[in-house]
Amino acid sequence: MAAGEELTLSGHIQHHLTNAKMCTVDGSVAFNKACSEAGFWTWHIDTLAWSIGLGLLFLWIFRSAANKATIGVPGKFQCFIEMIIELVATNVKDTYHGKSKLIAPLALTIFVWVFLMNLMDLIPVDFLPAFAGLVGEQAFGMDSHDVYMKIVPTTDVNLTAALAIGVFILMIGYSIRIKGVLGFIKELTLHPFSSKSVPLQILLIPANLILETIALVAKPFSLALRLFGNLYAGEMIFILIGAIGLAQLPLHFVWAVFHILVIVLQAFVFMMLTIVYLSMASSDNH
Amino acid sequence: MNLNATLLGELIAFAVFVLFCMKFVWPPLNNAIEARQKKIADGLAASDRAEKDLALAQDKAKDQLKDAKAQAADIIEQAKKREAKMIDEAVHKANAERENILAIGRAELEAERNRLREELRKQVAALAVAGAEKILQRSIDEAAHSDILEKLVQEL
Repeated sequence: MAAGEELTLSGHIQHHLTNAKMCTVDGSVAFNKACSEAGFWTWHIDTLAWSIGLGLLFLWIFRSAANKATIGVPGKFQCFIEMIIELVATNVKDTYHGKSKLIAPLALTIFVWVFLMNLMDLIPVDFLPAFAGLVGEQAFGMDSHDVYMKIVPTTDVNLTAALAIGVFILMIGYSIRIKGVLGFIKELTLHPFSSKSVPLQILLIPANLILETIALVAKPFSLALRLFGNLYAGEMIFILIGAIGLAQLPLHFVWAVFHILVIVLQAFVFMMLTIVYLSMASSDNH
Repeated sequence: MNLNATLLGELIAFAVFVLFCMKFVWPPLNNAIEARQKKIADGLAASDRAEKDLALAQDKAKDQLKDAKAQAADIIEQAKKREAKMIDEAVHKANAERENILAIGRAELEAERNRLREELRKQVAALAVAGAEKILQRSIDEAAHSDILEKLVQEL
């Protein structure tokens, strides 16, 4: 806590909400404040590290369950993993009626990965950033206020947008695969206003195109911003609660309990909407 | 909201995670679940079948037991009849034998008695003749009265 002007509450919050950045300036690697001019080619290394770490944790847990999977009497660990698989499989089966080898693993990955990332929100907000600051100070001789650490990757819009864009690419891919390029274009231009007379239909095409494009693009936007907004707000409230001294303890507890619902629900909603959107993209009848 | 290169990195990570999950995580786990479901379904069907088989076998066993009991009763009945018949036959045979033996004995007895009587009569006749001879020796001419004596012997 060296820099005096950062001891204010807003400075504290600002510090918590800033990602650790990495970029190249003039051919050499630079960090954090030095990256303010780097523009697009800035990497949020804390988001990347935590999300990829949690993704690998997810894959490791499930892969080790898969390695030991038996069709006989399953152990407790396998039962637990199979419960999650069953939940995802049931939802996929109920919603997506086509045949796809991708949808179910995609839904599983989204559900568990997003859940794990959201779960980081329940770690008290100051623990890991303070620890990282200490390490930066002791090991690298940095000012602890220049060490940034945002441990909840889903509060970074880059991550939620990446997920949403991934789903969006799949939506377009499925649309074209199932309906063909022409079918996809028809879907965008001949609905919702249609007419039997050809000239009138041609007149209606721009209106349809605008509406359908907005409807299409709104889906990834809503996916990305819903998750980001919920988690960002939750994180913000944790930070505010954390700033009010000892009285935070009961408040923190109450908000954390409520947040357990939020993190599971948001992970589930993201998964469900992914399945629904892909199901809509794969169904022919509009 | 500042979108930057992190988005690309996360997109790649997302794709890699999904692909890995699709290749190495989902299929073995899902296959294990489905194989177990099939196994359980098969097991239940087999137990149903076994139950039916058991009921069938029990019915069959009951029928067979009933048949066997009836057969046994039949055999016992027959044996009793035969026993009674054999006893009857034996009794008849024994009776006949007895009658036979008795008849033979009686006949022999009769013959013996007849012979003895004949002999006795002859002796009595001889005695009577001898007595009469002695009494009448002087007065009776053997030749003249032989017809009377003869008659006498006949009457004895």
